[in-house]
Amino acid sequence: MPLSPEKKQQLEATLREFVGKPIGPPYQGRDAVNEPMIRQWCDAMGDTNPAYLDPAAAKESVHGGIVAPPTMLQAWTMHGFEMAKGYDEPTNEEQRLHKILSEHGYTGVVGTNTAQGYTRYLRPGDSVSAEIVIESISEEKATALGIGYFIVTRTSFRDQDGEEVGWMTFRVLKYIPAQQPQAAADAPAGQPAVPGRIRAPKGHDNAWWWDRVDEGTFPIQKCNACGTLHHPPRPMCSACRSQDLGWVEASGRGTLHSFTVIRHPQFPGYDFPIVAALVDLEEGTRIVSNVVECPPEDVHIGMALEGFIHEDEDGFKLPLFRPAA
Amino acid sequence: MNFDDVQVGQELPPLDVPLTAALIVGGALASRDYTPVHHDRGAAQAQGLSDVIMNILTTNGYVGRYVTDWAGPDAIVKELQVKLGAPNMPGDTMKMTGTVTAAEGGDVEVAVIGKNAWGNHVEGTVKLALPEGA
Repeated sequence: MPLSPEKKQQLEATLREFVGKPIGPPYQGRDAVNEPMIRQWCDAMGDTNPAYLDPAAAKESVHGGIVAPPTMLQAWTMHGFEMAKGYDEPTNEEQRLHKILSEHGYTGVVGTNTAQGYTRYLRPGDSVSAEIVIESISEEKATALGIGYFIVTRTSFRDQDGEEVGWMTFRVLKYIPAQQPQAAADAPAGQPAVPGRIRAPKGHDNAWWWDRVDEGTFPIQKCNACGTLHHPPRPMCSACRSQDLGWVEASGRGTLHSFTVIRHPQFPGYDFPIVAALVDLEEGTRIVSNVVECPPEDVHIGMALEGFIHEDEDGFKLPLFRPAA
Repeated sequence: MNFDDVQVGQELPPLDVPLTAALIVGGALASRDYTPVHHDRGAAQAQGLSDVIMNILTTNGYVGRYVTDWAGPDAIVKELQVKLGAPNMPGDTMKMTGTVTAAEGGDVEVAVIGKNAWGNHVEGTVKLALPEGA
């Protein structure tokens, strides 16, 4: 439930107090940069760079000796095993900020962006500390996950001499979840839940059309009284108001009336770019579909098209169009 | 790889990363990230996910490795930026591709995409310095 305007104003005043503040004292990484942890990292990342692994080759490289993978920067100051048990009470200002938002219904959290800069490569023996500042909190934003606030933290990594060795910004969205991800919950364990195409809702007036498509035919609704064709299907003829409606099978031949190419946003379950097309069927009505098997740059208004019943991997069928042979 | 070998528009060799539970859990632990959704399927399912998901440090590791596999041990990585999208889960494959988007004065910028069955897991940019010469 969104907050009342008064409550939201209070919340946002509280949030503003966090901006610019360190979340706590700098955190000293437990272990100095060391080769066993570098090797374990490289195993997991499939990284065989000799600058990280082979002392002789590393000596010959621009680095002059073994260095840690730069992207490992943050790993040196992670808290490790204690992260698994979670935190009942906030132990720093960032956790306190998240808790306040959770208590106001913004329970979801997701990392959206990160950037890291590497002032110098780390070598075995370097010890790294991290100081994290809450850099900014956005206005409330509407997102696909739900409404929420983007929080950006900035971490400064320093070595044993207090010199900066790198930095990181990290952006998270703290949000009120809009819906449960059902597709994921329904997936068999161990299998990623790959979403399919969004299916048309089937109702009293159009279910028959999708059922014919499932059988492999390409139907067009036709008024039995006056012969007018319609698409999409409807309960009453728009020409003569008859409710006596039947259908004919489309030949599939048509011409492209208009189209647009969809590149963004990219939803899971579709192959982008999508050519969304209005197709004039030779029988005399028009349908919205996609043009496939043709590069978007070759699609043009007036081109001859051929309809066919396409079947997705999950069994869903629908008519699509390709350039006529 | 030297700077003079690089041209804007050049594509990096693609890399397919088969996503196993070992890789996802191993990456999380190698980066000292014990957040439960990265190693405990039950905890992941309680959050509406079907399985454990790759942590961001592992994503960073793969983006960095993908670029330095191509650039070689004499490359110096200066900066990494990533935008995160569809989660990486066991059973899927992350298909990595990259394109050189800038090359000037020894500095090179590479745009990287890691795509899984859901869409783009990561869209990133890596800035690195390469040795002069050919």
